[in-house]
Amino acid sequence: MKVVFLGATRGMGRALARLLAERGDSLFLLGRDEEELVRSAADLQARGRGEAVRHAACDLGAPEGFAAALDAADAALAGFDAVVVTAGMFATQDQLEADVALAHRLLVVDFANTVVFCEHARKRLLARGGGTLCVFSSVAGDRGRKPVVLYGAAKAGLSHYLEGLDHKFRADGLRTVCVKPGFVRTGMTAGLKAPPFAGEPEGVARAVLAAIDRGTPELYTPGIWAHVMRVIRWLPRFVMRKIKF
Amino acid sequence: MTEREPTLAGWGNLPVPGREVLSEDLPAVTRGAVLSRGMGRSYGDSSLPPPSRREVVGTRLADRILAWDPASGLLRAEAGFTLWEFNRLFLRRGWFISATPGTQFVSLGGMVAADVHGKGHHWYGGFGAHLRALRLRVADGSIVDCGPGHEPELFWATVGGMGLTGHILEVECQTQAIPSPWIHSESERIDDIDQFIDALKRSSETWPFSVGWIDCLSRGRKMGRGIFDRGRWATPEETGGRPLPVTRRLAVPFNFPSWVLNRLTVQAFNTAIYWHHFRRSRRGLRHPDSFFYPLDAILHWNRIYGRRGFTQYQCVLPDSAGKGAARRFLELLTSRGGASFLCVIKDAGAQGQGMLSFLRPGISIALDIPVRDDTQRLVDTLNELVIAEGGRIYLAKDAFTRPEHYAAMDPRLPAFQAVRDRWDPARSIRSAQSVRVFGDPP
Repeated sequence: MKVVFLGATRGMGRALARLLAERGDSLFLLGRDEEELVRSAADLQARGRGEAVRHAACDLGAPEGFAAALDAADAALAGFDAVVVTAGMFATQDQLEADVALAHRLLVVDFANTVVFCEHARKRLLARGGGTLCVFSSVAGDRGRKPVVLYGAAKAGLSHYLEGLDHKFRADGLRTVCVKPGFVRTGMTAGLKAPPFAGEPEGVARAVLAAIDRGTPELYTPGIWAHVMRVIRWLPRFVMRKIKF
Repeated sequence: MTEREPTLAGWGNLPVPGREVLSEDLPAVTRGAVLSRGMGRSYGDSSLPPPSRREVVGTRLADRILAWDPASGLLRAEAGFTLWEFNRLFLRRGWFISATPGTQFVSLGGMVAADVHGKGHHWYGGFGAHLRALRLRVADGSIVDCGPGHEPELFWATVGGMGLTGHILEVECQTQAIPSPWIHSESERIDDIDQFIDALKRSSETWPFSVGWIDCLSRGRKMGRGIFDRGRWATPEETGGRPLPVTRRLAVPFNFPSWVLNRLTVQAFNTAIYWHHFRRSRRGLRHPDSFFYPLDAILHWNRIYGRRGFTQYQCVLPDSAGKGAARRFLELLTSRGGASFLCVIKDAGAQGQGMLSFLRPGISIALDIPVRDDTQRLVDTLNELVIAEGGRIYLAKDAFTRPEHYAAMDPRLPAFQAVRDRWDPARSIRSAQSVRVFGDPP
């Protein structure tokens, strides 16, 4: 596979990019920090089969650069057939409530700009007959909940968009994979209290890789979160108002 | 409901209040931090915060390879990159870190800080001998590159310096090419301690890796009986191109109650291991996991010692103390009834260049001691003997040694402290261990 990867430098993205590299897939990295990209490219190259891992700047906060970044990837890989997006912003509900500007930025980055990036990627994939678009959303988008009112709203929009893409373009060869991680122990969640069923990035990465290979449209990971969220979605409002989850 | 205060412990399960600050971005989180810690595989308090602090940096998310040269085997990586990961990626490609310790669940940063050694110390030296460069965040907040030819004083103080000279951010080391990923090993049943010392010293001349396991409870004529294991990399002809399988691991799911390990059960275990090796000698191909890291096969094996935890006592008895030193050590140990599951004996080669590097030419003895009410007394007694023999203990294992005992064992300590005076006069980088053993401010 020839994969364009936005967000491979950290966390679950790092773990997933490593699995792809180790099994011999070609990678092109996108990210906003040049030095970080260089370091991750070196890591992935050492793990892979010796093929150079190249990279280009791409900031989810700056949508005007999306097209150029994807063109650079397309040129370097001589035509990519998969795009993976694990990048995104995170802040706690308290931080977002206290800072409206931060909330605005998160809503734009995690929803509007991510969708715009996917639109650019989707068009390029469809133009050559299809491919895989794997995007990390979150279980936070499944239901309006107290601890993730704003972050969850952005992720709900993203999940919705990805579901729509899948319905509309699957027949044309576009395989959309919407990943909904539960709580995963990464640098992003370090310092937060881990709930039961917290996952590790390596386990998530293995599940996502299998979903990419199978073209699974929606993946809860760790798997138990599918059941947890099923219950959460069924809970009546008077219960949701009472509980903290 | 009040939340319990989080605790942090070394491998010996002796916790103190504390937590790890984890981040992929080590340069950011080490700024102003009191200590960095890797996989927490040091046994005692080397990786724990001093009493007045609660947070130490955890490096394990900073685990990228930064440069790998498949022609020369030169590796540069972030400090949290583990030996396990290295072996997973590179063993089958024909590369190995010969100064490998007895577990692969260690980070490169931790391997530098403890200047780890393994079954090949007599042949390859400690990890410090294979280092080419380090990048540190030192106490004044700046980032310093050092190596044998650049800031050598800081470099050699950091090798074996228990993380007290600066936060290790990046490590560059030379790995070794191996002819196959399999070990050819020969093992032998040995009847007593004197034969053991002879066998160790003799095989060191021809075998790159050797280690002995001793039944510490046997006394009298049988004292120091055990199994002697030695190995070298198998040739491609010997392996016949057999691919190396992935090792399966079991886990100890919870802390055992403390009565499980007692004199009788340990004796039964030791006797069983000894007679399991019924034929006097065995030879053949071995998986490097089983040869180098037998205990890694059981995850969380430290839980067998229960909630009270355990300590490991490891000392080196120098060649200058004569062949009888190991016997005197075992006599003292058995007379004090220190029941130990594991007692490992190794030959130590030349002293490393690290200012506090543990090993020096002699015999290294390591044993697990479950923590009981009299553990402090037992460690004191053993330390007094080690001082009299001219030996010293391994800080990475220690939780009980008194400062005056360590000072008596290691005349190099003032020189090491002088380097810290230059780079960190206020001792803003310190650990629970450096407070206990080196007299750093709490």
